[in-house]
Amino acid sequence: MNENLKSIFYPLLLLGGLLVLWVFAVRNWGVPNYILPSFESVLGALHRGYIEGAYWKDFGYTLSSMLLGYVSGCALAFIMGMMFAEFRWLERLLYPFVLGLQSMPKVALAPLILVWFGFGIGSKAVMVALVCFFPMFINTAVGLKATDPSLIDLMRAFSASRLQILMRIKIPSAASHIFAGLQISIVLGLIGAVVAEFVSSSHGLGYLINNATTTLDTSTMFAALISLAVIGILGSQIIKFLQRKLVFWENDNDTQVAA
Amino acid sequence: MIQEGIPTMSGELIFRAENLGVTYQSSRGPTPALENFSTEMAKGEFVSILGPSGCGKSTLLKVAAGLLTPSSGVVELAGEPITGPRRDVGIVFQQPTLLKWQTVLDNVLLPIRTLGMDLEVGRARAHDLLRLVELENFERHYPHELSGGMQQRVGIARGLVHDPSLLLMDEPFAALDAMTRENMMIELQRIWMETRKSVIFITHSIPEAVFLSSRVLVLSHRPARILKDVTIDLPLPRTQETLGSARFAELCSELRAMFSQTKK
Ligand SMILES: Nc1ncnc2c1ncn2[C@@H]1O[C@H](COP(=O)(O)OP(=O)(O)OP(=O)(O)O)[C@@H](O)[C@H]1O
Ligand SMILES: [Mg+2]
Repeated sequence: MNENLKSIFYPLLLLGGLLVLWVFAVRNWGVPNYILPSFESVLGALHRGYIEGAYWKDFGYTLSSMLLGYVSGCALAFIMGMMFAEFRWLERLLYPFVLGLQSMPKVALAPLILVWFGFGIGSKAVMVALVCFFPMFINTAVGLKATDPSLIDLMRAFSASRLQILMRIKIPSAASHIFAGLQISIVLGLIGAVVAEFVSSSHGLGYLINNATTTLDTSTMFAALISLAVIGILGSQIIKFLQRKLVFWENDNDTQVAA
Repeated sequence: MIQEGIPTMSGELIFRAENLGVTYQSSRGPTPALENFSTEMAKGEFVSILGPSGCGKSTLLKVAAGLLTPSSGVVELAGEPITGPRRDVGIVFQQPTLLKWQTVLDNVLLPIRTLGMDLEVGRARAHDLLRLVELENFERHYPHELSGGMQQRVGIARGLVHDPSLLLMDEPFAALDAMTRENMMIELQRIWMETRKSVIFITHSIPEAVFLSSRVLVLSHRPARILKDVTIDLPLPRTQETLGSARFAELCSELRAMFSQTKK
C-alpha cells in the first residue's frame, strides 16, 4: 500500500472502530441517550437537518458570519502586519498594545461586541474577525521580517524601490507564514462564530447546540458539531490547496500539519 | 576579434578608495574587515582580487555596490562618492541568490524589471546571455531544479543583463566544473573586450586571475591591505595557448609566492 493510501486508510480504520464502539456503548452497555445519543438518532438528526432541510438556514448563518469575519479579519490583519513590518516607528508605537490585546482571551470580548455591534450577524462577523486577526497579523509581520537579507541586498543592488522589494521579495518569502496564519484563523474563526452565537443568537449552528441543552437533545448537538467540523475541515483543505498552488516552490518540505 | 593592448587608456577613474574602513558590529564585538584600504582603478580595467578567506573581499565589493556604508574613508565611483546602489553597476554575488518563486528567465530579467528598462530588449539579451552560460534549455525551470553551478550561472547572466558599465563579481566561477569554467573565462574576456566594461573580479584561483585581468591585487589577512599590485602584461585576447605560455606560468608562480605568504 503506498503512503497516500495509508494516510487515508488508517484514519478510516480508527473511525470505523470508534463508530462500532459508539454503537456498542449505546446498545449493549446502556449509556443513556442524554449522555450519548445513538448513532441512528444522530443520522436521523442529520437527515432531518440536511435532507429535509431544517438546518440549512443555521448552517448558512454560521458559514456566512464565518466567511465575512474571516475574509475581513484576515485582510485587515495582512495589511496591518505589512505596515508593522515595513514601518519601524509604527511597530514601536503599537507593539505594547498589540501584546496586551494578544494576551487577552478574545472570546471574553463577545458580550461587549454584541453590545457594540448589535445582535445581528454583524456582531458575529466582528467576533470572527477579531479572533482571526491576531494569528494572521503576527504571522504576516514575522514572515515579512524573516526575509533573507541577501535577497534584499540583491534587490537594492539593482535599484529596486521599496514597493518592489515588498511585492517581489518579502511577500513571496513570507508566503508560508501567511498561509500558516490563514490556516490557524479558520479554526479560531469558527470558535469565535460559535461563542458569539452562544452569547446571543437565534440562528446558527452554535445556537442549535446551545438551544438543545434545554431539552438534553444530544443528537442535535452531535449533528451540529459534525456540521461545524465539516466547515472547519473544508476551510482548511481549501487553504491547503491554495497554498500548494501558490507557494509551489516550498512543496518539497511540505509537512502534513493537523488542521 | 582583433583588439590589441589593454583597454585602460582613458585614464579616467571608475573606482577609488582612500583610507576605507569597514567594521562590522555584532554582539561579540566589532570586527574590522577593512582598515585604511586605498586603491584606484581606471575605467576599462579588469581587476582581480586575490586574498585569504575572510579577509574582506566580499565586504569591499559590497561597498563598491553601494550596499554597505563604510565606517570611515572615501569611496568613489566615476568620481562621485558612493551613496547607494547605482543603475549602471552589475553584481554577481558569492551565493547564487535567486528567487525561488521565479523561473530562470524571470530571475535573469529581474534587473530589467527593477530598473524599468524595456522588457522586449531585456528578453532578447536574457536569451543571449542564457545561451552564453549554456542554460538556454532551462529558461522555464525553477532554481530548485538546477544544480549549484547552474544556479551560479543564472546569477552571472543576471549580473550582465542590463549591460552595466561596471561589473562586480564575487567568485562567480567557484562552483563550476573545469570545462565550463574555462568557457566562462573566455566568454567573460570577450564581453569585457567588446564592451569595455570595468570589472572587479574576486577569485581564489590564481590562473583565473592572471588569465582574465589587467591587474591583480593580492590582499592580506583581515583587515585587508594590498600586499601586491601586479599588472598583467599578457597580450589580448588571451587564449588556450596563453594558458600554456611561459609568461603565464611565471606570473602565476609570482602571485602564488605572494599568496602563500598571506597564509602564515
Ligand atoms: N554581516 C557581517 N557581520 C559581522 N561580521 C561580518 C559580516 N560579514 C562579514 N563579516 C566578517 O568580515 C570579515 C570579512 O568578510 P568577507 O565576507 O568580506 O570575507 P571574504 O574575503 O569575502 O571571504 P571569502 O573568501 O571566504 O568569501 C570576515 O572575517 C567576517 O567574519
Ligand atoms: Mg567572500
